[in-house]
Order: sequence, then C-alpha cells, then structure tokens
Amino acid sequence: MDIKKIYFLAITGLATVLSGCSDGKVTGIEPKAMTDALFSVMEADRTVYTKLIIGRLAKKEKVIKASEHWKDEKALVLPAQMFRYGAERVAEKGANFNYSLLSLWPINQQNKPKTPVEKEGLKFIADNPGQNFYSEEKLGDTNYFTAIYPDIGVANACISCHNNHKDTPRTDFKLGEVMGGVVIRVPVKD
Amino acid sequence: MTSKKATWIYWLIFTALLLIYFIYKLSSDDQKIFSPGEMTHGHHQIEMSCASCHTDAFGGGEVLQSACINCHGDELKSVDDSHPKSKFTNPRNASRIKELDARQCVTCHSEHKTDITGEMGVTLPEDFCFKCHQDIAEDRPTHKGMAFNTCASSGCHNYHDNSALYEDFIEKHIADVNLSGELKNKTRSTVAELTLLSHYPIGEYPVKKLTHSDLTNSMSIISDDNIVHEWETTAHAAAGVSCKACHEQKLESDKIIWIQKPTEQSCKSCHSSEVAGFLDGKHGMRIKAGLAPMTPSDARQTMRATSHSNELSCVSCHSAHKFDIKHAAVDACLGCHDDTHSKSYKQSPHFGTWHKETTGQAAKNTGVSCASCHMPAVIKDIEDHKLVLVEHNQSLNLRPNEKMIRSVCMNCHSLGFSIDSLADKLLIKNNFIGKPSVHVKSIDMVKDRLSKRNKKHGGGL
Repeated sequence: MDIKKIYFLAITGLATVLSGCSDGKVTGIEPKAMTDALFSVMEADRTVYTKLIIGRLAKKEKVIKASEHWKDEKALVLPAQMFRYGAERVAEKGANFNYSLLSLWPINQQNKPKTPVEKEGLKFIADNPGQNFYSEEKLGDTNYFTAIYPDIGVANACISCHNNHKDTPRTDFKLGEVMGGVVIRVPVKD
Repeated sequence: MTSKKATWIYWLIFTALLLIYFIYKLSSDDQKIFSPGEMTHGHHQIEMSCASCHTDAFGGGEVLQSACINCHGDELKSVDDSHPKSKFTNPRNASRIKELDARQCVTCHSEHKTDITGEMGVTLPEDFCFKCHQDIAEDRPTHKGMAFNTCASSGCHNYHDNSALYEDFIEKHIADVNLSGELKNKTRSTVAELTLLSHYPIGEYPVKKLTHSDLTNSMSIISDDNIVHEWETTAHAAAGVSCKACHEQKLESDKIIWIQKPTEQSCKSCHSSEVAGFLDGKHGMRIKAGLAPMTPSDARQTMRATSHSNELSCVSCHSAHKFDIKHAAVDACLGCHDDTHSKSYKQSPHFGTWHKETTGQAAKNTGVSCASCHMPAVIKDIEDHKLVLVEHNQSLNLRPNEKMIRSVCMNCHSLGFSIDSLADKLLIKNNFIGKPSVHVKSIDMVKDRLSKRNKKHGGGL
C-alpha cells in the first residue's frame, strides 16, 4: 500500500468518525420530532397548571386569587405568565430552542404575530382545529425550523378571564376553541 | 555624535521612568490616569479601579456584560425587568436588535461619556422607546400625539422597572385623598423576628437584657466606662449582644482575637441585609470593590468641608457603642450632606413631623427623617421570612424616583400628590416645602380609560 493511499484512508476514516455518520445517515433528532416532543411536555404542564391549580383553587374552591399582579396581590401566577417565565428561564440558560405564546387576539399586543410565518401559522391553526403548522424562516442571520401548535381554551378559567379582560380584542371565546398558538423555533443549517 | 548618544540615553531613561510610573499606577489604588473619560454619577466612586468593570484584560464585550450583571443582575430580576435579555434573544425580535441591541447593557449605558450621558446613565438619544413602540397610539388612543421623550415621565413607564406603578395600581388609587389615612412609616421587625434568620448567632447570643455586670470577660480590655454606659442604653444590650459579639473574631486556627475597630464584617453577623444594602449603595460600594472607603471629599454632591476626610462605614452614621438610630436618621446625614435639598430639610413640613416625634409630641414612626425616604423600612423577603428592615442602599428607590412612591410617599400621601411631587424638580430641591407645580397626566389617562369602559358597560366612574 503506498503512502498516498494510507493518507487517504486515514483522513476519510477520521472524517467519518468525527461526523458521527459512519453508516452515511445523519444522526440526531429531526427538528419536527424535537418540537413535537417539546410541545407535548409544554401542553401537558400548561393544562395541569390551568386545571389543577387555577381552575381548582382560584375558580372552584376560591381559596386564592390568580392575578397578573401576583406579587402585589399575593396571588397565583396566571397560566400565560407561568408559560412566559418558563420560556425566559430556558432562554437565559442558552438552550438551543426558543418558544413563545402568541395569539391573533392577544391581551398584550406584543404577543400578536409579527413575522410572516407567525401570521400564516396562527391563522392556519385557528382555521384548521386539531392541526399543527410547520415551516422554516430566516430571522436575523439564522434559519429556523418553526412549529406552531394550537393553544386551546381547556378550562372555564381561560375563557372567562380572556373574554372579560379590559384589554382583550375578543370577547366570545368558547371552551375547546383555539385561543392562540405555541411557537417553537429550532435553529437549523441552510 | 556624543550629543546624539546623550539624547538616546535621556530618551531611554524617560521611557523607562514613564513605564515604571504606569506600572506603579496600574498596581495602585488610583488608576484614574487610564480612564478614557469621566464616569457616570453611579460609578465614579469606583473609577480608580479599572478591574471593577474590566475584570479581564483579555476579554471582549462579554466581560463588561458580566460585570454589569454581577452588580445589577439581582436587582433587575427582583423588579421583573420589563426588557430582559431573553426578550431580545428571542428570534422573533431579531429585527429589533438591529434597531437596539438590548442584549448588551453597554448599548444604552456606555461609560466614560459624560457629554452624552442622560438620566439613569442612558447614553442613547431620547427616542429609544419609539423604535419599537411607535404604534402605541393604535392600542392606546390616550397616547396619541405624545412626544417621544415623555414615556419615562414620572408616574409613567420605565425601561427596566415598572413594578412601582402600573395601570391597575393607579386605577385602585384614583380616589385616594392626600394625607387622609394613617400617617405612619412601617414598623421595623423585632429582634425576635431577626433571630429567625439562619445566620443569626442565636446560640451564642440569646435574646435577654444584659448589663455591665455581664461583661466580666471584656471589662479588662475596655478602658472607658462611658463606652459601657452608652452600650447599656442600646438595643444591643437589650437583645443580649455583648462586646464580644462585635469585637471578637474567631480565626481559622480557632484562636479568638479582639478587634479594636470592628468593620461591617462584624455587623453582618446579625444585620446581613443592612450590610448588603450599604455595600450596594454609594456609601459602601468602594468597600465592596475592595477599595479604601468612600469619603465625602470624593462625592460629586456638595458636602460639608468639616466632614471631607471622614471614611464611611457602619459606625460613621451609627456611632460606635451608642447606635442611636435617631442620630443616624437625620444628624448623621446632615453632618456631611450640604446641598440645597439637605439644607432645606429643617425648614420643611417633613422635619416638623420628625421634631414632634423625637420630642414626644407625636407617636412613634410618624416623623419623616432623611432616612424615612432615603433609607426606608421596607418589607423584605429573606429566606422563608417576610421582615421589615431598613434598606441601606439609598439609591435603590431613586432608580427612578417613582420607586419611592409606594415604599415611602404613600405611607402618608395620595398617589396623585406623590406622582406630581416627584416630577417637580424645584419642589425636590427645596425639600418639599410647598405643593407640586407640575401635573403628570397618568392618573387622568387611567380615569379616561376607566370612564370609557364603564360607559360601554352602562356604569359610571
């Protein structure tokens, strides 16, 4: 075996090992599988908090209030705030994904759709109950896989609070309806 | 040729001396010579130590960012920062970073640039809110036509800390009448409550009244009977805190030594929150940075010439052994501060209430001292306890000044009166002698929204 052949085999072997693609396939999780899994956890936690904490203690048993001004009023954090605080903690830790709770009818106008994908996706999940929306978008210098999942009004607490809030742009939400969307973004290569 | 050689030798000697001088300055306590420009009022106390902010000579922006967060991060978290970094690292706000890269503190707060530094140490032009919120009038018609530099007027919005005032809070206090309720500062937690904290040495110093007869071990060291007499009148003696609680220190070798002049390190054994506040504030921030203590001569505010060389420590205001909080609340402040606001205090209605309380003509906690506003007793969450302790960081409720409204002014005054008063710079200067001559419209705007909402639902205001 001549020296050139040995070099060639060594370099290609090393490259294969380093790339982790020894069988020619890309390893790791697909962005869609990742966002689907993340959403299943988010949706479960959000439903549990809304039903077992807010719905039970604030609405049914009335032992404690839930309030946007929870610190001043010694109250429970609202479900949307709980979700946002979690998202902020994840971002602070530098996780390789990002998520937000947006709506076509937000109480806080900063949470209305802004990017073309957000606008298209939130409309799609509102018009097609039960379906998710997947797309890709370039924001800044980074490409993202963006998944948008329906955020459903799962308890009367959600419906009554949003329909009666002084800043709500919509007052006719019903139980089981899409009230907004969870937007999860994962950076992807070009 | 000889002349040329001599020039070279002189040049080398001069360069070497210059180098030695710079190396000496770099290792000294005063490195101001390296500063590219004057520092802001919030940092000038520590400007002689470059390493206070430039913690690593070889780092980039991340070094400065980490220095900012190291000192200000906890405060930003505690006030639920309205514009946290995570808002700008969210990809959906990528376009906003081009307008305002708020991921880095120095984008808005650039040091060494006094000629462009505004209030709150902001070095950006005043239209920074406009960049993202220019369409606000679409959601809030009451904001239509408002100038771009009015967002942060007293009683309205702040970039970081909006915990003091918000619409629902203002709505709740619309009808409050000035000076109509109980006029009282908060009552401080008792010693018994203080001992609940895990660091309090309750085992060594149980709460029980002590007298000079309990000081047998220390009496041989104390030469002045007056010191013992002063101590006997204090809350320390009443709480079981003897001489050795402050004056003795246990070394790593278990050897116990006597400290002639205890520092804040001794005080914090029981008063950790107070010492932390002192070290975060302008009085103690030099000590926290490992520098010589602040002296009034180093202040940018006007100070009394007689106090210029006094080094600031716990005892410079609290007086060792006496620990008279009434002295610390007024006379200690006026012993150094000599600006118009301070000098006007004794002519103000606030001093009138203090005079009445301290002369026994009015109830406890009804007098307004310097400390009532600048070092107020506030509710603090420490460990699992809620305690009312004195906040010793005097800058905390001045960043911005409407933070004083809830923790201080509203102990006696209505919200509307407080907002207007704190927006009136002349009134602040003369120490609130008179009534506010400016009016902030925030309450009117909330009233307007409430009225429209009530009309919509068939009710009245």
